Amino acid sequence: MSEVIDRPLRDDEKPAPTRLRIVDCDVHPSLHSFDDLNEFLPKRWQQHLREYGSHLRTPYLFTTPYPRSSPLIARRDAWPPTGGPPGSDLAFMQKQHLDPLDVEFGILQVLDLFIFSQQNLEFGAAIQRAINDWQLAFWSHRDPRLKASILVGQDGTDLAIAEIERCARIGEYIQINVSPRANEPLGRRRYWPIYERAQELDLPLGIHVGGYGGHAPTGGGWPSYYVEEHQSNAHTIAAQLASLVIEGVPERFPKLKFVFIEGGFGWIPSAVWRMDQHFERFRSEVPHLKRKPSEYVREHFWFTTQPIDEPDEARHLRALIEWVGIDRLLFSSDYPHWDFDDPRFAFKTPLTEVERKKIFSTNARAVYKF
Amino acid sequence: MARHIVARTSEIPPGGNKVVDIAGRDIVVFHVNGEFFALLNRCPHEGAPLEKAACVARLTSPEPGIYERSRVGEMLRCPWHGWEFDMRNGQSWFDPKRVKIRSYPVAVERGDELRKGPYVAETFPVHVKDSYVIVEV
Ligand code: FES
Repeated sequence: MSEVIDRPLRDDEKPAPTRLRIVDCDVHPSLHSFDDLNEFLPKRWQQHLREYGSHLRTPYLFTTPYPRSSPLIARRDAWPPTGGPPGSDLAFMQKQHLDPLDVEFGILQVLDLFIFSQQNLEFGAAIQRAINDWQLAFWSHRDPRLKASILVGQDGTDLAIAEIERCARIGEYIQINVSPRANEPLGRRRYWPIYERAQELDLPLGIHVGGYGGHAPTGGGWPSYYVEEHQSNAHTIAAQLASLVIEGVPERFPKLKFVFIEGGFGWIPSAVWRMDQHFERFRSEVPHLKRKPSEYVREHFWFTTQPIDEPDEARHLRALIEWVGIDRLLFSSDYPHWDFDDPRFAFKTPLTEVERKKIFSTNARAVYKF
Repeated sequence: MARHIVARTSEIPPGGNKVVDIAGRDIVVFHVNGEFFALLNRCPHEGAPLEKAACVARLTSPEPGIYERSRVGEMLRCPWHGWEFDMRNGQSWFDPKRVKIRSYPVAVERGDELRKGPYVAETFPVHVKDSYVIVEV
């Protein structure tokens, strides 16, 4: 549990360039308005966006995510003074987040327009393409700290591959993002062409939790409460980890890297122990796996830290970090969302200088090759 | 403990707040239902600025399906992760023994009374006909 902080920050607690220098693997930029996309979206799809908007797999109108306890799921202090939604104003993001927290690199994760869940695959592809261009024009080119991802929806695999090719030619994107809630579990063969291309291009696959698929977010169906649903991020991502490993994706693509974003990491030890245990018992069902699931996890998967778990006793967090592996963890803040983690205070357990450096910087730099 | 005049009462509207720097401390003064409360402007969880917190009611439920609101405006909900604190003493609602915001005594005094004392206004001269919020740090 946190200690009472009833004093102002001492100077040595304040972020200084030599002290922090972090890589933040989850920063959310937002569209100021749909018009931001006009220059990247063909007239035909602009009209579609106006007249039909999103067609999602959620069953009911207005069951989409916002607001979930906090308008636009944002920190209350993150609304730019110039208007527009949180995350839409670069100058404010610099002033509130990038500069004071000494962010050396921030990886952009766009959630606008339910980008992965569009049922009209061609509309979805047009939006993804526009957002990919917009990330460069509005963000990376205006602040080189901010790194863009290639967003593609994996259910239109051919469209996704075309977009990956296009962006790879531009050469400025640092990962490929796919949906955590596609039509089928992520390990399924239909998605392998994307994995194959990612491996050839040596780009990690980023999987940011959340979003709305056609399936209930829990194995038990649709939750009643937001607080209940928020738990389900961890279930969903655990199921996807199992699918990728057990379907043999890392075996088939031995150089492929996956980064699970915003799923936290408290659930990992038991998920991996159980996979290993079952593997021993059922290996004849999955003879394509040459090694224990945990070995694939240790080599192919990385996990961002937010939302960080806060056990009552600090040593339990410490044990978790060790079980998951200092080398597997990448710091992320989730700015500007309500469950933002402040890099100075989120880890309520001591870390050595070397460990800090790994989690806050060098692990991410190695995965993304900055 | 020194007393610091931090605002005219009229300066902080009901439901509003004012941030003041007292001896290097970032303190936020809230006005709730005619009362004033002063707290350190920093959430004990991860340090969020409490000036952006929501002033909310206490919402309780004796059983599923029945909801009761009380102490409207007196609970502070952190702008980040939404931890709730009692404005009166800074105690957290979920773990009052271990987590609290530092709070400071507040008084409201009339200017003509103030002028008799040894205190000096920090940011503006005291006009005797107004009332002032005084925080003790
Ligand atoms: S910083 Fe206030 S609840 Fe987390």
